[in-house]
Amino acid sequence: MKKALSSIYIIIIMLFLYLPIFALMVLSFNEAKSMAVFTGFSLNWYVELFNSRLIMYAVVNTFTIAIISATVATIIGTAAVVGLDAMRPKTQNVILAANNIPMLNADIVTGISLMLFFLILRVPQGYMTILFAHITFSIPYVVLSVRPRMNRKTDRLFEAAMDLGASRKYAFRKVVLPELRPGILSGFLLAFTMSVDDFIITYFTKGAGINTISTIIYSQVKIGIRPSLFALSTIIFVVAFVALLIVNIKSKKQEVELVL
Amino acid sequence: MIKKHSLKLAMLLSLAMVSMIALSSCRSGVNGEIYIYCYGDYYDQEIIEEFEDETGIGVVQDSYDTAEELYTLLSNSNTSYDCICTSDYMIGKMIEEGMLSEIDFENVPAIKNIDPLIMEKSNEFDPGNKYSVPYQIGVAGIAYNKKMVGNTVIDSWDDLWNPKFKDQIVMPDSVRDAMMIGLMKNGYSLNTTNEAEIAKAAADLTEQKPLVYKYANDAARDLLADGSAAVGVIWNGEYQYTTDLNDDVEFIVPKEGTEFFIDSWAIPKNVANKEGAEAWLNFLCKKKVALTNFDYLYYTTPNLAAKNALDEDILNDESIFPTDETLKRCYSLKTLDSDTMAIYSKYWKKVKAK
Amino acid sequence: MIIANKKWASPFIIWIIIGTIIPILSIVYYGMTSKDGGVTFANLGAIFSHDNLQALELSLLLALVSTIICLLIAFPMAMILKDSKYGKQGFLIFVFILPMWMNFLLRTMAWQVLLERNGVINSILTAVGLPRQAIMNTPGAIILGMVYDFLPFMILPIYNVVSKIDKHLLEAAYDLGANKITVFTKVIIPLSVPGIVSGITMVFIPALTTFVISNMLGGGKINLIGNIIEQEFTVNSNWYLGSGLSLVMMVFIIISMLLLNKFDKTGGASLV
Repeated sequence: MKKALSSIYIIIIMLFLYLPIFALMVLSFNEAKSMAVFTGFSLNWYVELFNSRLIMYAVVNTFTIAIISATVATIIGTAAVVGLDAMRPKTQNVILAANNIPMLNADIVTGISLMLFFLILRVPQGYMTILFAHITFSIPYVVLSVRPRMNRKTDRLFEAAMDLGASRKYAFRKVVLPELRPGILSGFLLAFTMSVDDFIITYFTKGAGINTISTIIYSQVKIGIRPSLFALSTIIFVVAFVALLIVNIKSKKQEVELVL
Repeated sequence: MIKKHSLKLAMLLSLAMVSMIALSSCRSGVNGEIYIYCYGDYYDQEIIEEFEDETGIGVVQDSYDTAEELYTLLSNSNTSYDCICTSDYMIGKMIEEGMLSEIDFENVPAIKNIDPLIMEKSNEFDPGNKYSVPYQIGVAGIAYNKKMVGNTVIDSWDDLWNPKFKDQIVMPDSVRDAMMIGLMKNGYSLNTTNEAEIAKAAADLTEQKPLVYKYANDAARDLLADGSAAVGVIWNGEYQYTTDLNDDVEFIVPKEGTEFFIDSWAIPKNVANKEGAEAWLNFLCKKKVALTNFDYLYYTTPNLAAKNALDEDILNDESIFPTDETLKRCYSLKTLDSDTMAIYSKYWKKVKAK
Repeated sequence: MIIANKKWASPFIIWIIIGTIIPILSIVYYGMTSKDGGVTFANLGAIFSHDNLQALELSLLLALVSTIICLLIAFPMAMILKDSKYGKQGFLIFVFILPMWMNFLLRTMAWQVLLERNGVINSILTAVGLPRQAIMNTPGAIILGMVYDFLPFMILPIYNVVSKIDKHLLEAAYDLGANKITVFTKVIIPLSVPGIVSGITMVFIPALTTFVISNMLGGGKINLIGNIIEQEFTVNSNWYLGSGLSLVMMVFIIISMLLLNKFDKTGGASLV
């Protein structure tokens, strides 16, 4: 009985989460522009999507920004965790509190603060300012994902390796990094996810002629929703599904803590 | 070794996707690039490719929703565009504040195609026609779905206050355009600087709010076309788009009069590629480009060469080319000083906050 | 033994200072400056003006309601996932991270398509002969959008905490004669507090300050404090006022940081 109830509950929540997305997927193959009536199967909206330079540029920007910002944030964040380990706990706590600011801060405040900052410094807003902003809000996620792996066990393993005659560099590469790897991987994925998902911060830090998927949708919705956006959702959904599936299967083998 | 794979795979997959799309879409001009900034969906995408092929100049496009957004972006931030398109009163404001650079009309010979009458009208906000090139002109009006409206006669702004249409009205979401309706309804000037009149207009708009389904600018046409709204305020050019999708929709110009606009292109002060921008302006004035845009937008074209090439029945379509009788009760928005604008903003904010 | 030098953290510290601290100070600077350059508190005080206060109240109400709904949905979900075999197999990632990869704007747009007067839901209702629903452009639509967009941020931290509760602890409680309800209220809930607090912050703050959801699902009729701030920056070009109001928003953020510090001893680790 309890099991049945749980299953029903899971199914309801799944439907709630996925029905809207599936509705878009179905409508992306609709012949007509209608959001309500399915008049026949067609791939017209996919053609329109791929012919739209504005949207295609936005897709490229979104993913290059996400990959670059996640990579940079992962490197800085991981180095930070290793470096923090050498500090007094009090100092660590102060720094970690500062680390939490971008996570807890409302996106609109973070976005505005960065925009004003760029303005005061007279930095022209564009691709680089978006990238800077994304790295800024991604680093905390990496730090928080990697830090739990930097524990006594890691310390002990490092000591053991040194006792056995390994050089610092060698011990770090062969012992510490593998210990941190699951945290690094999940930090990278989190940073990537947050970057792809972000709208508000990008909206305030973007400049002339540059758009990401989020900002292009925002302006398109104001003009009027076109089914080519449904086609875009469908493609993103399928790609994300496949990518997560692969990451998930691979990570299961190595017990990565991929849970957010 | 397996350990590295998942990370690599994830990255590879994303990279593959990105490069695939990048290959299919990237195109940068051999003769440099221009950044243009315009209202959403305000030209046929075809002309972008035509321009690039013709001149070798790449076009980076961006769009905005209201003229105030454009002003804020250009006046405060470090972003730079080479060519912008906006409405009369905003061009005037930007000229006054020294935000535009003079166009060298030697490089824009096709300007001769523009109707001299319109050039004269545009003198009002651009004295001497130094800074702007008229692009589209039009009027605001009421579009209504005759099936949903039934036998109610729609001929006045007052009809937007008819409780019969509760939750079926679409209103503009832009301070000047929305206040214009409140002001015209009361018989005031749409350029009034009298705070009492502005307050009355705002009070009326607030009273109307429960009847409004949505405040929307460009998206209004879709709501009317799909029957989500019965009555709405749209520009005459958008009527053609709407009626193509739903032929129950009719368009009228209210008897109290309405807003007449000239949207023009201009070059901002901090332009990076002025030659490119002027090439763009010249291109837009060409007859064939104006015709392509006309077939796409259906706004009253200020391009005389293009207009002369149109069929008789199109020229007689009152929604596209309003009659002189209609134009007599049309007024354009004037540039207001910033103190008056602050009053407008204050009252509009009150309407929206209610 | 110390694995590496403190210096390793310096890029991070520099980045925090340049990317977070200084930008926030620029908000403080603008927020405390008047248009003509003098120091003023008027921009902060503007929150008490009738219109802004009204918007803030509505935002607080909508954010509160959606946070509660998220919590009510998320807690049972986390408990079910804890006991189910799927939870540990990454089922969670699929269900809750996948929509995040879909992009926040696309998800919100999906609801616009569903709820519009002639949208998907109403077409289905009409097709089966039921009356149409007028949800679009009402506060209800905004709450729906908030719950949909932010639900994963509630489920994941709670699940993280709940799944780590030691089974022996529960067994010990039962052995000592506690019944199911007592175990739930006296053991499980107190132990999940850090996750619940994280979840509440992660949902409440974005819901309180959003302008996107209210724009897309509210039809421009519902003005939240986020909309007002956004409009000050993008339309009215009054950055001083916008910054002042943003500073007021930071009060809520500081409150949530303090709460988090009080209940969560992991230094924020339960946030991810």
